[in-house]
Amino acid sequence: MSNTRMIELIGVQKSFGTLQVLKDISLTVDKGAVVALIGPSGSGKSTLLRSINLLTVPNSGYIRVGDHAMDFSSTQTLPRDRELAAFRARTGMVFQGFNLFPHMTVEQNVMEGAVTVLRTPKAEARELALSLLGKVGLADKAAMRPDSLSGGQKQRVAIARALAMKPEVMLFDEATSALDPELVGEVLAVIRSLAADGMTMLLVTHEMAFARDVADRVVFMRDGCVVEEGEARQVIEQPAHPATQAFLSHFHNGLS
Amino acid sequence: MQYQWDFGFLVQYKGLVGIGALYTVGFTIATALSGLAVGCLVALLRLSQWRAATWVVTAFIEVFRCTPVLVQLVWCYYALPMLTGLELTPATAAFLTLTLYGASFYGEIIRGGIISVDLGQWDAGRALGMRRSQLMRRVVLPQAFRRMVPPLVNQTVLQLKNTSLLSVLAVPDLLYQGQLITSASYRPLETYTMIAVIYFAILFPLTRLAHRLEARPGH
Repeated sequence: MSNTRMIELIGVQKSFGTLQVLKDISLTVDKGAVVALIGPSGSGKSTLLRSINLLTVPNSGYIRVGDHAMDFSSTQTLPRDRELAAFRARTGMVFQGFNLFPHMTVEQNVMEGAVTVLRTPKAEARELALSLLGKVGLADKAAMRPDSLSGGQKQRVAIARALAMKPEVMLFDEATSALDPELVGEVLAVIRSLAADGMTMLLVTHEMAFARDVADRVVFMRDGCVVEEGEARQVIEQPAHPATQAFLSHFHNGLS
Repeated sequence: MQYQWDFGFLVQYKGLVGIGALYTVGFTIATALSGLAVGCLVALLRLSQWRAATWVVTAFIEVFRCTPVLVQLVWCYYALPMLTGLELTPATAAFLTLTLYGASFYGEIIRGGIISVDLGQWDAGRALGMRRSQLMRRVVLPQAFRRMVPPLVNQTVLQLKNTSLLSVLAVPDLLYQGQLITSASYRPLETYTMIAVIYFAILFPLTRLAHRLEARPGH
């Protein structure tokens, strides 16, 4: 096994009914690398991201994150609840809709995974939560409820909640798409600082300028296939494939 | 109307009325608790991936929802022993019927509360590595519960009213005691008025409570 590759997908396929959403996807992400997944809506990029932590269980293929691998090509039986949970605990995920727990305070949201899943003692988890909230600039909001925060603040709490699991990989599913434009920057700044810390990250994003500036590599998907993949600046500024060119032509105003 | 109202005679029957109220409230509490317990099971089985269980539980719910509870009581007391050979006391038959009847409605309320929780909450819990039971306990049920409480209180109000049907099996609930008093005193007007007032006095605070809980929506 290659230690420099943190995520490895081989031949991943997923269908919902007769609709084939992922067609034989293979992809690797190096340790510490930031990879942006771009493409039109319905291209399968969110499904691909959700397959990596098995929120969507693929029909076939091989998925490895760190030392944990799951092979769906040989077996017909689905992984058990316990195996799925253990696999997911090693990746952090941030959603478009934040999905904070509304019945808990900000601090409890961040502590939840550590306390319930990792069995970290409460005091230790609280200390961790406060330091992570400090990292995302929200230490003063610890006692508040999520519904009293702005979208950008909610998303930063969600990032802290995912980080509290000490994940090997962070997955961002259109983390800024639900935000008002003036709040996008504060979330991107947090993601940028994670990249600087060397976190391995895979982002589904529509922020092309951000993808170009922060990601190492960009993967362009369409109709359930990877169409083009390469060094970020090159794919965004000089795409080789006509489909990539057509897609990116919609964004060129925002890329200056 | 020349009728001379006289509630005074009822004082001598206060013992009977007390026992009746005890039976009514006791049966309500007992069958609400057992009905909730069975209802939880019913809801979880109906939400499970286990096809056979889902089918059986759905059939159970529909049978109890689509037949009158009076018919269920009579069937359970008179017909079930002929099938099984087991004699049931009126109280046992009543407890069994009201438990299952309550469970079919409670179960649907609980299921409705669980599926009303946003799917993003399930995603978030799963992404943290929670197992199914942890997800239920820590994320889904606390949010679902707030939404379940008002309909559960309403269903319990109905459950209490349904205990008046126990009188047909000669279980000495409030209504049955009223019938006894009437046959001894020949004063149905005062007796049944008093019985109705007692039901009202018990239930009115409960419906107020349900109303207040509904007025304060959860997240």
